[in-house]
Amino acid sequence: MNYEAVIGLEIHSELKTNTKIFCGCATSFGAEQNTHVCPVCLGLPGVLPVVNKRVVEFAIKAGLATNCTINNYSKFDRKNYYYPDLPKNFQTSQYDLPIAEHGYVDIEVDGKTKRIRLTRIHMEEDAGKLVHSGTTIKDSATSNVDYNRTGVPLLEIVSEPDMSSAAEARTYMEKVKSILEYIDVSNCRMEQGNLRADLNVSLRPVGTTELGTRTEMKNINSFKALEDAISYEIERQTEVLEDGGHIVQETRTWDPARGITLSMRSKEEAHDYRYMPEPDLPPIVTTPEQIERYRQELPELPDARQARLTGQYGLSAYDAAVITASRQLAEYFDAVIVDGADPKLAANWIMGDLAKNLNAEGKTIEDSPVEAKRLGAMILLISKGTISSKIAKKVFEEMWKSPDDPEKIVKDKGLVQITDTKAIEAIVDAVIAANPKPVADYQGGNKKAIGALVGQVMKQSKGKANPAMVNQLLAARLEQ
Amino acid sequence: MKVSKKDMENVAVLSRLSIPEAEAAQYTSQLDAFLAYVENLKSVPTDSVKPTTYALPVQNVFREDVVKPSLEREAALANAPLREDGYFKVPRILEE
Repeated sequence: MNYEAVIGLEIHSELKTNTKIFCGCATSFGAEQNTHVCPVCLGLPGVLPVVNKRVVEFAIKAGLATNCTINNYSKFDRKNYYYPDLPKNFQTSQYDLPIAEHGYVDIEVDGKTKRIRLTRIHMEEDAGKLVHSGTTIKDSATSNVDYNRTGVPLLEIVSEPDMSSAAEARTYMEKVKSILEYIDVSNCRMEQGNLRADLNVSLRPVGTTELGTRTEMKNINSFKALEDAISYEIERQTEVLEDGGHIVQETRTWDPARGITLSMRSKEEAHDYRYMPEPDLPPIVTTPEQIERYRQELPELPDARQARLTGQYGLSAYDAAVITASRQLAEYFDAVIVDGADPKLAANWIMGDLAKNLNAEGKTIEDSPVEAKRLGAMILLISKGTISSKIAKKVFEEMWKSPDDPEKIVKDKGLVQITDTKAIEAIVDAVIAANPKPVADYQGGNKKAIGALVGQVMKQSKGKANPAMVNQLLAARLEQ
Repeated sequence: MKVSKKDMENVAVLSRLSIPEAEAAQYTSQLDAFLAYVENLKSVPTDSVKPTTYALPVQNVFREDVVKPSLEREAALANAPLREDGYFKVPRILEE
């Protein structure tokens, strides 16, 4: 039997506020353990939590950017469970009246657009960090707890089970990440745990609509782990079903080292969260005017930006998608072309040499040694014919190493393109005289033989001859 | 009696309470009596009453996103039953 996978994601994103969601403790990453804690986030008796205004603003903006309805009346609830990373024995979250509901994001996989529906977005507090004495939680006799992260504001973005492959799930998560970065509410640094996903996977026979039994994998914190865990789980469940077995509904843990998921048995077998309204936090009531004001403050979002890049500048859908995937990259692109550089050339350079150099040195676009302005100036030199694309590669490498303007580099290194007909003709003549075989081939009808001669001319001119002129002059001489 | 011994045990597990076998019957009947009392509320007609979550007419209580000093770590750890290197130390979390 052929099965299809049904995949849903709960994405947790830490918000980039200065302080925690219910107290004034700092949220900055990397502080000494248990130094960003206070009576409120430690859950000491008698404290009164107060909601951080900015968390509500960020949550509403995230809701608007993902086409959600914002609930005018929203409240917090207590989700009760016992786990040592949670000092209060409940997590303050939202249950029946989340801040935003019924949204969607569109993703594109293999050239096809698919709409992934969002069930809801709610605000909650993050839990603390556990450091286990053994290598894993299972073989640890004790664990140490750092509560610095407890109370850091989180958005939980819950999708409908609308994805059917690892690639779709990855693309969806990338899209959500990019939206959160655009609206500037989260740093989305996955290596710091700013963005992580719980995913659920089930299988059903192709063509049927009833959902199969699902398994859940928690705290997936890289795109690779997300894809690998889903692929493995699809394979595992297929095998179980084909052998006539049935899937057990359970939480499994992804072991990246072994590339498998493992069943997790916790002491808390019965998941009964006994949600109850949080009496210490009054409800959040938002007016349509406030919501409209937040909507006005939203920047151009990835989809709109992508449409602008393809529509206005003629970039391919693929190029536009790559460039708009991150706000920083999209802004870099805009800064490259602002002084008139050709947009398609700009896209090629950004996705080609620039991306290659950044990757090689593990740098992000923000710390690129070649600023957008200089890259734009260099592209203008290509368009004006001052340098060839080939020479531009040399200029680019120089710019990578020095802060000089491309014009200065071209002048200092003598890289100006040779566009003087006489000078190129002289080289053309010398090359024709020295290479009788390709000349004879060309004249005998093998027009491709000109390539070897062009190569020779370019080589002798040290790459500086204008390639179009070389082609033209060579052909003219050979036809004589 | 509506509450079974099993219900009582389940609630005890969820609340991390250890109920001695000798007292099980007593707690079960107390829980049952409590729920029966709450059941009285069902006789009040509420068709025209909106669900109420909060007793006070208060909404939108916010604070600005400004950092305030945290506790000294020593103070934070002062009541911890176990500690190690500035961490709260806890016993085994998952069963072997």
